[in-house]
Amino acid sequence: MARKMKIRAWDNGKNISIKAIIFHPMETGMRKDKKTGKKIPGHYITEVNCEHNGKNILTCQWGPGVSKNPFLAFNFNGGKKGDTIKISWVDNQGGKGGASAKIS
Amino acid sequence: MDKTRRIILKATMAAGTLAVAAGANLLTPSTVLAAWPKKAFKSNKMSEAMSIVAGAGKPVPSKDITVEAPDIAENGAVVSVKVTSTLPGVETISVFVPVNNFPLSASYILSDQVVPSITGRIKMAKTADIVAVVKANGKLYTAKKAVKVTLGGCGG
Repeated sequence: MARKMKIRAWDNGKNISIKAIIFHPMETGMRKDKKTGKKIPGHYITEVNCEHNGKNILTCQWGPGVSKNPFLAFNFNGGKKGDTIKISWVDNQGGKGGASAKIS
Repeated sequence: MDKTRRIILKATMAAGTLAVAAGANLLTPSTVLAAWPKKAFKSNKMSEAMSIVAGAGKPVPSKDITVEAPDIAENGAVVSVKVTSTLPGVETISVFVPVNNFPLSASYILSDQVVPSITGRIKMAKTADIVAVVKANGKLYTAKKAVKVTLGGCGG
């Protein structure tokens, strides 16, 4: 499975904007496979951490109610161009991933 | 003699694994700060889920919170939601869909650097309100937005 994500972080003139998308099935565990009639096991991201220069600024706790390929956008103060933004996630099956970006 | 050496070797290896595990935790600090509230996400009662992620108390409706979502969502599997609060001292923002099997969709823990305005995408089983609960300075506030869903996003 592709464990990929995209992050964009930029100075919007007032503060720093971050947009991220994580490619993940976010399977609820409630859906049934149409062919076999069996339940598809739940597979969803539980936690996402956003760090600015190594300091945690935002923690997202997610459940199966978050859409497939989750999207996250927020702004924060106190950042500047060139700073590092790192976003990492874990899912309920022990999978994890992450990516980092420089503020542009 | 040899046996003891084996045991010591094994013990050292186990300790090494622990050190690696601790190292992994450093990369994701909040796993130490706050464990994922499994009970809240598995609860089918909104009030129970809310008390776990946001804290006890009845949230007060507030005009200082806006929930932005489409009036009509053609696909309940992807409903864009933006929750903005102008209240001072926002600690957490939680998003609920009361009609879903598990009402809690997402909860965000904000540091003081983060502007209290978070955008995400959630699933909705059917036409309902999206309820946002904001914890600010230890108190709970709430706001909601009705969304008409033409195709449910949780079915199978």
